[in-house]
Amino acid sequence: MPSKTVGGIEYSKVAEIKGPLLILEGVTRAAFDELVEIETPAGEKRLGRVLEIGGGRAVIQVFEGTTGLSVSGTKTKFLGKTMDVPVSAELLGRVFDGLGRPLDGLPEPVGEDFRDVNGQPINPERRDYPTDFIQTGVSVIDGMNTLVRGQKLPIFSGAGLPHNMLAAQIARQATVAGGGEEFAVVFAAIGVQSSEARFFRRSLEESGAIKRSALFLNLADDPAIERVITPRVALTVAEYLAFDLDMHVLVIITDMTNYAEALREISAAREEVPGRKGYPGYLYTDLATIYERAGRIKGKKGSITQMPVLSMPSDDITHPIPDLTGYITEGQIVLARDLYRKEIYPPIGVLSCLSRLMKDGIGKGKTREDHPEIANQLYASYARAQELRALAEIVGRAGLVGTDLKYLEFGDMFEQKFLKQGTEENRTLEDTFSITWDILSVMPENELTKIRQDYINKYRKKS
Amino acid sequence: MVAKGKIVWISGPAVKAGGMSEAKMYETVEVGEDKLVGEIIRLTGDVAFVQVYESTSNLKPGEPVIGTGEPLSVTCGPGMMGTIYDGLQRPLDAIAKKSGAFMARGISVPPISKDKKWRFIPAIKKGDKVAPGTVLGIVNETPLVEHKIMAPPNFAGGIVDLVVKEGDYNIEEAVVSVRVDGKKEDLKMYHTWPVRRGRPFAERHDPDIPLITGQRVIDTFFPMMKGGTGAIPGGFGTGKTVTLHQVASWANSKVVIHVGCGERGNEMTEVLIKFPELIDPTSGRPLMERTLLVANTSNMPVAAREASIYTGVTMAEYYRDMGHDVVLVADSTSRWAEALREISGRLEEMPAEEGYPSYLASRLAEFYERAGRVQCLGSPDRAGSVTLIGAVSPSGADFTEPVTTHTTRFIKTFWALDTRLAYSRHYPAINWMTSYSAYVLNADKWWAENVDKERTKLRVEAYSILQREDVLKEIVRLLGPEALPDEEKLILDVARMLKEGYLQQSAYDEVDTYCSTTKQVKLLKIFVDFYKEALNALRGGAPLSAIRSLPVIAKIIRARFEISEKDLNRIDGLYEEMVKSIKALTAKEVPAVAQ
Repeated sequence: MPSKTVGGIEYSKVAEIKGPLLILEGVTRAAFDELVEIETPAGEKRLGRVLEIGGGRAVIQVFEGTTGLSVSGTKTKFLGKTMDVPVSAELLGRVFDGLGRPLDGLPEPVGEDFRDVNGQPINPERRDYPTDFIQTGVSVIDGMNTLVRGQKLPIFSGAGLPHNMLAAQIARQATVAGGGEEFAVVFAAIGVQSSEARFFRRSLEESGAIKRSALFLNLADDPAIERVITPRVALTVAEYLAFDLDMHVLVIITDMTNYAEALREISAAREEVPGRKGYPGYLYTDLATIYERAGRIKGKKGSITQMPVLSMPSDDITHPIPDLTGYITEGQIVLARDLYRKEIYPPIGVLSCLSRLMKDGIGKGKTREDHPEIANQLYASYARAQELRALAEIVGRAGLVGTDLKYLEFGDMFEQKFLKQGTEENRTLEDTFSITWDILSVMPENELTKIRQDYINKYRKKS
Repeated sequence: MVAKGKIVWISGPAVKAGGMSEAKMYETVEVGEDKLVGEIIRLTGDVAFVQVYESTSNLKPGEPVIGTGEPLSVTCGPGMMGTIYDGLQRPLDAIAKKSGAFMARGISVPPISKDKKWRFIPAIKKGDKVAPGTVLGIVNETPLVEHKIMAPPNFAGGIVDLVVKEGDYNIEEAVVSVRVDGKKEDLKMYHTWPVRRGRPFAERHDPDIPLITGQRVIDTFFPMMKGGTGAIPGGFGTGKTVTLHQVASWANSKVVIHVGCGERGNEMTEVLIKFPELIDPTSGRPLMERTLLVANTSNMPVAAREASIYTGVTMAEYYRDMGHDVVLVADSTSRWAEALREISGRLEEMPAEEGYPSYLASRLAEFYERAGRVQCLGSPDRAGSVTLIGAVSPSGADFTEPVTTHTTRFIKTFWALDTRLAYSRHYPAINWMTSYSAYVLNADKWWAENVDKERTKLRVEAYSILQREDVLKEIVRLLGPEALPDEEKLILDVARMLKEGYLQQSAYDEVDTYCSTTKQVKLLKIFVDFYKEALNALRGGAPLSAIRSLPVIAKIIRARFEISEKDLNRIDGLYEEMVKSIKALTAKEVPAVAQ
């Protein structure tokens, strides 16, 4: 967006410093959301932006934190623009910090253009509906929670669960059937441990995907307030790659919980009326400005597929962060601790998972004609198996008869044969369907009520 | 005299402007050099508090704020059908033509085309009296929607002086000239109406005609009426949007208005792409010809989200005033409430529960009261209706949160979506024990008179099976199914059949997506009579295991998607097969006990 303010005006009258906020007085010319360069008394330069302006008072959020700032001796320069980042194809293969500055020792990339990190909403009328099936090689995703190009599908995880392993496996294996076009990967780490960031980098290096990846790292010991910008920097780059350079981009953001906490910290410092659990009332809207930056646009070849990772505090799916995320994203992949304890990888608790865009990416002409119905049947039968397992724990297996026992057998096979697979195992769609019918065929034909008779006759395996 | 002031303070969507002593409450203003649209929501001295409907990034104190003298209004006239608007009634395609795929700010586009010519067929002649709401003429807006050009509801009234001949005119040309108190006044094909004021009508009717949605669980157990109100609460992933889409697609109303309020962009895109392909079952025409969308997605400015609900309902009332039945679905009222909360927070108002403003309940009440079946103003005599259905997205799927609890006070139909049902892919995940409809008896009467006399009895019997299962389930949970006598096990079996074969309905299956009233009754009868026949057989000595292994059971369950509307007589055949195969179980033994 073209800037209207003349940049470079300096102010140094600091009224207050609290938490991540720096409050200036005597500010006569500044714009809302304007980028500010702050010089500490020690001469260090930091960045911030205007959160509130009026009556000569400007509230500035300092990305690198306010440690070391003082009321006297702090200088600020209003830069006359909102925060932007250079974008170009040269960013691929590079590693940056959470504000987009190089971390790999190479010089600043030369931008083809500079883009506002806040982006602008995609006009819903110009969106193109995502329908291209992405094969991830993970049966439970391809078969039951299919990902499509342009979707935003988060992984809900818990502390210590292998969400990053799964995200990395998907980043390595994701292909579009018959396409041959490879994904560019934009990876944003928000407050994660350096070991996790290293794991990701290595995984991308080993598969050779690093050449078409851009990494933005805000690690656990990096400034917390920077975290509200990191995903926006990453998505601004992704939008350029997708909609200017026609690439298919997979954006992985981990961990969104740290993002929301940074937001809460700023909100608390501003003394705003809190919503649930102290998170600001606008958490939903704010998260949406990140998640909605995924999709496809009519007349453009590229796409942005988003896979944010978040850890649910105390594994609680009703916590505001997963809750509001689920209301915005197009489904969710939920990791379950009990499966992890059973040493099942990926430990995906399939009943609470969903892919909203699956229905338009599968079926006749896309994957296979019976795909929608067998996916439904797997869900219904596994739900029934879970119900009966709970019952068997009370009344014992002896209290169950006939078909009910078949369901228990089905439940075990589902977990051991369908769900469980190796971290390097890349299953084709045919493999996934074949396993599906293997386990469905355990059930009496009369129980397969979600599948039409024709498909049962055609695909059911006879023992 | 319009207000002219300057910005003194900015924080997100909230802006304070000084020097605004001429400004009126709820007046729209142009904010800043980019002329962003805003609305005055509080006046203190000469300071106006403005909620800005567009991003305020880069706005700075000192920029001008200029009043328009008008409240936020919609333009009512032909050309709205099939359009997708933002929350301020700006057509999104016109915005895209100016700013491309991404939304820019400060774009001004007319809500309806001023150039397009419409064939105007006069309905009045010189010397006729024109009162508020009088139909001046007719325009065929789409093959499905006859658009009545009406005198504005706030028109003083007078005698027709001149009417143009039938012909093609644009909306800016005068079509009727009226003498009002000796003065001449020209009427065009459009007028404007403020969004926060309900359009007037002559009188309210009782809602006694059901809105048939083609969704079995709704039409049979929790019906909606034309002019009724309903809420559909559910946690994420329980299928609120899909259920609303289904209602919007198949409901037998004339006009559908879909307000996407703080939801996903792709969902609006889906409607835009699918509705032109979906065919209305009664008219055989594309659904898009009777659909209008208002989209203010979650990442679009939050204040416009607050306005979008009012923009939508005002347009709904306009079509109602023509004598049409209109359904408005709002997805989601929780996001609208959050927009209220955000603005209220910036105004530093004292919060009530969970930070929501204390006027949340009264705003919800005002909104839902704009529903109703009414006698319209002006001649000729006509009745129209606005049905309001709002999705509610309770945080943490907790139905005791403020938006859900307040909403239940103002609605009559409650379709409670259940996370557990959704997890087992029971869709629509409408929980049949916690949902309700206050319209059940009114609907029964209509069904008995128009579809089948027996239907009320079938509904009651089917529902009692589900109720008894709900009680028995608790016993099973403690003691296991084998603890029950066979007759009660049969109830569990039939309840399961009802759930899989009747309550569940696939929105994505070509056949199952819509179920006609006739098919609903025929299917329901099979399940209810299966229970009776099976109970008879059981009492006649047939073993339960023999009943359970009847192949006809799977056929009954699959009938919802295997038997299409074209060959409904196959259900009769299935019925015969069901009766015969159960009777055969006892044929060799003692005769069945008559019930």
